[in-house]
Amino acid sequence: METHTLIALMEDKPGVLHRVASLFRRRNYNIESLTVGHSETPNVSRMTIVLNGDDRVVQQVVKQLSKLINVIQVLDVSDQPAVSRELALIKVTAGPGTRTEIIELASVFRARVVDVGANSLTVELTGPQSRVNSMIGLLHPYGIEELARTGRVAMVRAGNGNALL
Amino acid sequence: MMKLTGAQVVWESLVREGVETIFGITGGAVIHLYHTLPEYPIHHVLMRHEQAAAHAADGYARATGKVGVCIATSGPGATNLVTGLATAYMDSSPVVAITGQVPTLVIGTDAFQEVDITGITHPITKHNYLVTDVQELPTIIREAFYIARTGRPGPVLIDIAKDVQAAEVDYVYPDEVSLPGYLLPGTPSPSQLQQAAQMINEAERPLIIAGHGVILAAAEDALLELVEKGNIPIVTTLLGIGALSEAHPFCLGMAGMHGEAYTNLALSQADLIVSLGSRFDDRLTGQVDQFARQAQIIHVDLDPVEIDKTVPADLAVLGDLKEILPALTPLVEERAHSKWMKRIREWRSDSAKRDIVGQETDELIPQYVVRQIWEATQGEVVMVSDVGQNQMWEAQYFVHHRRRGLLSSGGLGTMGFALPAAIGAQTGCPDERVWVTVGDGGFQMNIQELATVVQEKLPIKIAILNNGYLGMVRQWQQLFFEGRYSGTPLLGPDFVRLAEAYGIPGITVREKSEVGPAVSQAVATDGPMLMDFHIVQEENVYPMVAPGASVSDMIRRPVATKK
Repeated sequence: METHTLIALMEDKPGVLHRVASLFRRRNYNIESLTVGHSETPNVSRMTIVLNGDDRVVQQVVKQLSKLINVIQVLDVSDQPAVSRELALIKVTAGPGTRTEIIELASVFRARVVDVGANSLTVELTGPQSRVNSMIGLLHPYGIEELARTGRVAMVRAGNGNALL
Repeated sequence: MMKLTGAQVVWESLVREGVETIFGITGGAVIHLYHTLPEYPIHHVLMRHEQAAAHAADGYARATGKVGVCIATSGPGATNLVTGLATAYMDSSPVVAITGQVPTLVIGTDAFQEVDITGITHPITKHNYLVTDVQELPTIIREAFYIARTGRPGPVLIDIAKDVQAAEVDYVYPDEVSLPGYLLPGTPSPSQLQQAAQMINEAERPLIIAGHGVILAAAEDALLELVEKGNIPIVTTLLGIGALSEAHPFCLGMAGMHGEAYTNLALSQADLIVSLGSRFDDRLTGQVDQFARQAQIIHVDLDPVEIDKTVPADLAVLGDLKEILPALTPLVEERAHSKWMKRIREWRSDSAKRDIVGQETDELIPQYVVRQIWEATQGEVVMVSDVGQNQMWEAQYFVHHRRRGLLSSGGLGTMGFALPAAIGAQTGCPDERVWVTVGDGGFQMNIQELATVVQEKLPIKIAILNNGYLGMVRQWQQLFFEGRYSGTPLLGPDFVRLAEAYGIPGITVREKSEVGPAVSQAVATDGPMLMDFHIVQEENVYPMVAPGASVSDMIRRPVATKK
């Protein structure tokens, strides 16, 4: 079982997200995260899907996704040099005794403090999933009150034959 | 430019798509559609249940090769289509389903008879549409038919809000469709074909598996040429029956769970398997890791998804069989494969000794009924079988020699399919003789369609193999579940009296000697007729590959003691 990252371009039509989600459920694929938003082309959405599975399963996923009429293209970028990022908003318990410590920790991770309350701080971090995970791990002892993660978005690096469209 | 209402757009477009017949039931959300229907040259077959409408459209499609169309109202009308659409989807049958939806303004409010039928049918349609703007309707209908019939065929559903049916639009039916995400397979490269031919030429024990894809591609002629050029024996899947005449010496018939022993021995002993338009369904392969262990596998299919889905291919060839086979056959060398064919013939004669029809028995056995129907009709019928034991006995004991001569629910295994599918087939092929083989369980699942048979004056012949059980499950209980017949004993009505109540003549058959005369009477009857054969109750379907076992490991019939 490896983690794979797929990029899918699809027509921006009602129901497309449901079609994709329904496919994953129907075929019993193990999906870790799914993000969707506009692409550079009008009326074309871009989806990044992170899933676990062996090569055979992932090949099936790529083919099954491609088979959806509204899906224009699917690319497995797992083996390509790619930039992949995730954004996390972390509201962490922070009183007068721990606030400075947390802010310092955040700066080590190049995270930003986006909200400060009397008893908490909200930190915004963008980075590879591993960095998001380690920061969450380090903040855990302080008490994480709320956590929101976007899931991964990915883009193949320049000059590496991005086959999309 | 014509100004049409949405309802008129639907019919006008259907006429342009060549649709002559539709199967449906009206209702509140399709009332505009039905109001304008009489203005168009489309015959509407009023079904008694929407599930049957979907099966009828499916049966029409399977029998004619054209797109079958069904129609239902919103809510329960639409959900009743679901089983029929899933059946068509599993068997790649080109169907367009039209449903009414509540008016756009109240969608999402739990309005009367509102259901999210596009959401419900996402996993069981090739594609579907919710139409909330009449401007989009012509394009959507054009796309729906295009998607249903091209590539790997399948059902497409169009859900049309009621206000859209009433709204007016300047009607233009598009010539072209623009579907950037819909890819049809290209043509395989010459080197791929060369490689396939080389594997075939080097094989000592080649075997073709012909699936439904051969029939869907209308590639039967091309298959025959390949078989005869290379002298390659073939087995079929259930839905591949008819791809090559079962009377042909190289056609071994249906393989798999209830295939004759020699078909499964051939699969296990072959050194090359050429799968043509088959998806290696578990009913064919048995335990996948035991399947065809000596064989290299060439998998030819239209749909990339099927490659390596269950059985890994040594060579995959993607494309349309109607193009691939004529390109492949010239590259295949003439080989006798005489040793291989001799072995197959030996296995085959061993199976013949176990043929239950050859055994002396006075009991009314189902296999005998099927064989009598075959002899009386010379196989010149479109046979529609239901699901379960009746389906397997039909497949085993009827010698299918004609194209599109057997229609059956293979993938989904939908009991209740046969009668409504036969209605579709008979409507699409009025000159054919359409027969139904069905169990007493499956028949009661869509028995209401007897009324449709009468209203449409369809001369369908119905043979019930009546054993008072949900027989296939009973067989499994007997063999694998301690003989505990839980939920399988089944009471039915007097089918003949019931048929007569509908206006269909019927005959009850309890003795073996009465089978032949009853079948002959049916053959001689112009209109519909029902035969209720009270067969031996606990007859089993053999051979049988037990679930989870290898196909070479079968429960065989005993050798006949007397001839």
